[in-house]
Amino acid sequence: MRSLFIFLSAVAVIGLAFWAYRENYQTQDAQAKAEHAQHQISEARERLRVLNAEWAYLNRPQRLRDLADLNFDKLGLVTLRAEQFGKIDQVAYPQELELPITQPIDVINMEQQP
Amino acid sequence: MIRTPLRPLARILEARAKGENPDAIERENLRLRHEEMRDRARKRAEGRLLVMGVMFFCAFAMIGGRMGVLANSEPTEPRASIAGADIYAQRADIVDRKGRILATNIETHSLYAQPPQMIDPEGAADALVKIFPDLKRERLIEDFLGKRKFLWIKKKISPEQKQAVHEIGEPGLLFGPREMRLYPNGTLAAHVMGGVSFGREGVHAAEVIGVAGIEKFFDERLRDPGRGAEPLRLSLDLSIQAAVERVLYGGMKIMNAKGAAAVLMEVHTGEVISIASLPDFDPNNRPRPPTKGSPSDSPLFNRAVQGVYELGSTFKIFAAAQAMDLGLVNASTLINTSGPLKVGGHRIGEFKKKDYGTLSVSEIIVQSSNRGTARMALQIGPKRQKEFLKSLGLFEHTGLEIVESKGGAPLLPKRWTDLSTVTISYGHGISASPLHLAAGYAAIANGGTRVQPTLLKQPHNQLGERVMSKQTAKAAQVMLREVVTSGTASLGEVPGYAVAGKTGTADKPKESGGGYHKDKVIATFASFFPANDPKYVLIVTLDEPVETSGSEPRRTAGWTAVPVAAEIIRRVAPLLGLRPEIEPAELNSITLTSN
Repeated sequence: MRSLFIFLSAVAVIGLAFWAYRENYQTQDAQAKAEHAQHQISEARERLRVLNAEWAYLNRPQRLRDLADLNFDKLGLVTLRAEQFGKIDQVAYPQELELPITQPIDVINMEQQP
Repeated sequence: MIRTPLRPLARILEARAKGENPDAIERENLRLRHEEMRDRARKRAEGRLLVMGVMFFCAFAMIGGRMGVLANSEPTEPRASIAGADIYAQRADIVDRKGRILATNIETHSLYAQPPQMIDPEGAADALVKIFPDLKRERLIEDFLGKRKFLWIKKKISPEQKQAVHEIGEPGLLFGPREMRLYPNGTLAAHVMGGVSFGREGVHAAEVIGVAGIEKFFDERLRDPGRGAEPLRLSLDLSIQAAVERVLYGGMKIMNAKGAAAVLMEVHTGEVISIASLPDFDPNNRPRPPTKGSPSDSPLFNRAVQGVYELGSTFKIFAAAQAMDLGLVNASTLINTSGPLKVGGHRIGEFKKKDYGTLSVSEIIVQSSNRGTARMALQIGPKRQKEFLKSLGLFEHTGLEIVESKGGAPLLPKRWTDLSTVTISYGHGISASPLHLAAGYAAIANGGTRVQPTLLKQPHNQLGERVMSKQTAKAAQVMLREVVTSGTASLGEVPGYAVAGKTGTADKPKESGGGYHKDKVIATFASFFPANDPKYVLIVTLDEPVETSGSEPRRTAGWTAVPVAAEIIRRVAPLLGLRPEIEPAELNSITLTSN
């Protein structure tokens, strides 16, 4: 009885040791993965920051103004002025399009004398 | 262990035979036994103490050692942190009211050298000078061959430069990561941004600290890692700021002014939409403060906030509004503006020695009569005038969220005499910044409540204390509209937008003190629009303008500041989303269609 008990506890110790060993390595693995992901995130974030900065730099008002001046003959961009505003009733209604006749029906011969 | 008996029979019998007391033997043995027990107990206790001592020593040594290691090692990022996106180890961005970037960070590198590790110091110095022409070869060689173990070569280098230095192949040249503050819009809103510099520097990181403007005012907030991901949202509008700066720059050049300032502010929320001061600078490369000459001539000087000037006739409306609010006059009360008017021994004159005769209050503002305003101010009296101007915020700095605003406290007379009352009523003897004036005009334009100018986007209107009644504010608005339609600011008419405002031309006081310059003025136009339902206040100030298109040079604000302000409104009002009042279109001629 006693030897059986010793044997069982030895088996349990070995089993737990194996479990702890596996958990340990799994944790380290997961940590490494998370770290890698974190690294990727921070890299992506940095890239995003540079792209945002570049976007802001390329869209700085002075550059846009110079570009508008440079391409004036093509685009004809001018600054927004009060004359460009209008009231809704100054806009003409669109001309109503006549519907195309796709299935003409001959009505002349259909007319019957009473 | 063998216990020695206390009464060994052999010795007892022997003692008895000799006639001695056998108890002495027992006592002796007992004593020996006790001594032995005592020695054993002491030994054990000493051993335990030693173990305890060793344990404590180890524990303290470990804590001490760990502390030493922590103090001396470079900080590293925590491994697999759970913090995620909320913690940002960098300075927060600054964005405008629509979220467009005004200031952000990019990663760059610093270059440093460790001369003991260098293989070919002279060759490295040659190559470095080729990459960075501003470095001195002799200086580098001296440093490389000297006793120094470490030296910075460049604080910020571009990726191309880094690659070029890399290609030298010198192991003693090393790079450290650096965070760099970038203002992508260059000089735009330079005075608001201020600038940054490096604080404490290490090889692997450097503190970025604000040195001026909003960067310094909100330094704590911007550096707070918990709020690093959340940008600081300003009330400025990037495109409007750009338009205002552009027009103001053109106006300054045309009017031959040496400086200019403009403030555009929302009258209800106090949000500063645009604030410009020219000449300006590039915050990416902030110049050093001047060591000689007047600090107000430096581009770093913020004329809109720090520059306190006598703003001239723009103050007249405050006297008129107060007189109306107190019930002393109404808009059509007639006041004699003819001379002579002597106050405290000083004669009060008019512009170009004119005499306007008897005018109504409204006409006094429209014609900008000094004597008329002076008579109203005398009726109000110094005490009440002081209180009113104080309630408009003209007695302390504006509290705008940039560090420079603390330097923009108004200059007030030491003794508030009757003469001060009179001169202050037409804007002399009191110096305030254009931003102060904007806050004062906003109080008139929003219907009589005080507003505090702010650079942060506000969620709702400010509910400041009431400084004048609604009716007074409305009457003052009507008067200021008349100044533009038929008074000194007739060039301020902008088709589609009803502009109201008041001009002010003040002679500049001499720097040496004593008297005023004859041909140097500060021309100011304080305006708001649209006049029927004011939404925005615009102040334009030109420093020493002169308009030379006519036969004689003209310096008055009506000829200098007003056209510039009108052009700003023309450009900016559509951008602000204000719908112009369209004059009704001409009707087509009627044609008969029936026959």
